[in-house]
Amino acid sequence: MYTEISLDNLRVKKLPHIWCAGCGNGIVLSAILRAIERSKIDKDKIVFVSGIGCAGRSSGYVNFNTLHTLHGRPLAFATGIKLANPDLQVIVATGDGDLAAIGGNHFIHAAKRNIDLSVIVFNNFVYGMTGGQLSPTTPEDSFTTTTPYGHIEEPMNISYLAIAAGATYVARETIGNPLMLEKYILNGLLHKGFSLIEAVSSCVTEFGRRNNLGDPAEYVKFLKDKSIPFSKVNSVESHDGIVVGEFVNIEKPEFVTSYYELVKKVAK
Amino acid sequence: MKERLMSGNEAVAIGAIKAGCRFFAGYPITPSTDLAERMSKLLPEVGGAFIQMEDELGSIGAIIGASLTGSKAMTATSGPGFSLMQEGIGFASFSEIPIVVVDVQRVGPSTGIPTYPSQGDIMQARWGTHGSHPIIALYPSSVKESYDLIFTAFNFSEKYRVPVIFISDEVIGHMREKITVDDSHVVFERKKPEVPKEDYLPFDSRYEVPPLANFGEGYRFHVTGLTHDETGFPTSDPVKAERLMERLQRKILNHLDEIFLYETFLVEDADILIVSYGVVARSAKEAILELREKGLKVGLFRPITIWPSSEKVLKDLASNRRVFVFEMNLGQYVHEVERIVKKKVEFYGKENGEIISPEEIESCILKSL
Ligand SMILES: Cc1ncc(C[n+]2csc(CCOP(=O)(O)OP(=O)(O)O)c2C)c(N)n1
Repeated sequence: MYTEISLDNLRVKKLPHIWCAGCGNGIVLSAILRAIERSKIDKDKIVFVSGIGCAGRSSGYVNFNTLHTLHGRPLAFATGIKLANPDLQVIVATGDGDLAAIGGNHFIHAAKRNIDLSVIVFNNFVYGMTGGQLSPTTPEDSFTTTTPYGHIEEPMNISYLAIAAGATYVARETIGNPLMLEKYILNGLLHKGFSLIEAVSSCVTEFGRRNNLGDPAEYVKFLKDKSIPFSKVNSVESHDGIVVGEFVNIEKPEFVTSYYELVKKVAK
Repeated sequence: MKERLMSGNEAVAIGAIKAGCRFFAGYPITPSTDLAERMSKLLPEVGGAFIQMEDELGSIGAIIGASLTGSKAMTATSGPGFSLMQEGIGFASFSEIPIVVVDVQRVGPSTGIPTYPSQGDIMQARWGTHGSHPIIALYPSSVKESYDLIFTAFNFSEKYRVPVIFISDEVIGHMREKITVDDSHVVFERKKPEVPKEDYLPFDSRYEVPPLANFGEGYRFHVTGLTHDETGFPTSDPVKAERLMERLQRKILNHLDEIFLYETFLVEDADILIVSYGVVARSAKEAILELREKGLKVGLFRPITIWPSSEKVLKDLASNRRVFVFEMNLGQYVHEVERIVKKKVEFYGKENGEIISPEEIESCILKSL
């Protein structure tokens, strides 16, 4: 099944976007927009919140209530929005640095609260916007502008962290499989609670170029070839490649609902 | 009308609820914590939302988000937390989101002395963020005034689409006084757009303060901390940037008549003008009465609006008078006074945890004669 992106969901006048030729972010954004279309959520009720970075620029191109926040803070702003007005459907678009480095604390606590936010992290293994520095998800041994001799740390596993922190919907997929990515995002949108969809994207210009992945199509093929279905390994982590699939999909009390149930009890 | 004994922090909490505050996000820090605790009790009672965030970066973000849905939102903090909030305050200033930030000052720098008062955040309230933008900062000097002034803080914030810094200190926040909790205050509600949705410009430069739609009402506008044009979308055009920067200044500075609040005490015949604010102004009043007993004509100028200042008011008051500034820091507001009065200003300040006492003020003035 193929869903058309409704042009009403895009701010066509704001195009072309700032992303480089060959960037994977367009694939992620189109998966988000298709998922929104399929979810049938009232567009006026959608608040699309983003942080700072290449991924963060996505909020400017989509035709909802949009908020381009500060580096690392989209989840903080989103928490305020959702708690102040629970009728709004709050979607967060963020980068791996934005979410897991400078915004790591908000990430852990938003997941722990199980607040009803749908978070899509564009994981491109690198700081794209600032020109290719190391990010929390940069793979060991790879080259970035601040690891010119190769990276000595193991990368952070964002999905694993989300699960540990208490997220109730967690899935990972690469831009090599956009239809599954769309499906997971849709599931996340419909899920009541904190959902984290790790969209493994590409950054040809800043990451690929320095790591033998300079060709956009080769890069996507690489991500696809490296993908290992969750059902095969039954683990979110594998040293042989990128584990993809739906990792967690459970029901737990949601923060905003619980809060207003409490309010009902104490309100005078 | 009820008479009650309460602390300054409690008065701020009760006043905030009456001023329409329905959202509070905060992170505990002495001496502001009891304000958050009070809000956690009061807000659910009126159907509002309280959340203890993971840090102050989260708190300031959450109140900005809440405000964009139309909720009047507040946070409370002190020195170290106030420092962490600066980036968010800059965001709210630039994207013109109404919020109220209470800073109950304690001794700094750094962790300082958490339980003792200071006035060390006066310049941070004005210049804590990067970039140029005006801000409104208010500072009460009693429990009753804390109650009254929090209404003003919300009203200014909503009317001018600007963060208002409500400065207090450990003494004003924690001391108890008997006050009347009255319902006589006028509460200002945010101006909403009346144009068709397609024509809405969230940063319309035909207004000094453009109306602000709530997220979720169909306007679908964009908010960013990047320099933006009238539509709210990023621009790097110097002409458009200039237009925005100019309007941000004008919308506040053209309204000093309303925004600049102050008190004078026995200034009519005074030869000596004391400038002090917050808790120190209380000591100054005592000292002035003592000095007058000794035949010295001393008066007080107490800015309630700390930022922006009124050059006209201060210049007039300072002319033909010796000017003394007393503050609980090593020289902050005194720079503003010197800038404005353009003559020698005598200064006495300390930030060691002790209040500046009436006796210190008295002896300082007597010694200088
Ligand atoms: C407080 C702060 N620190 C640093 C920056 C500079 N900065 C902008 S984007 C960015 C990293 C972006 O990387 P990521 O979040 O992975 O997003 P991407 O650009 O790769 O999509 C940094 C460090 C900033 N804007 N604000």
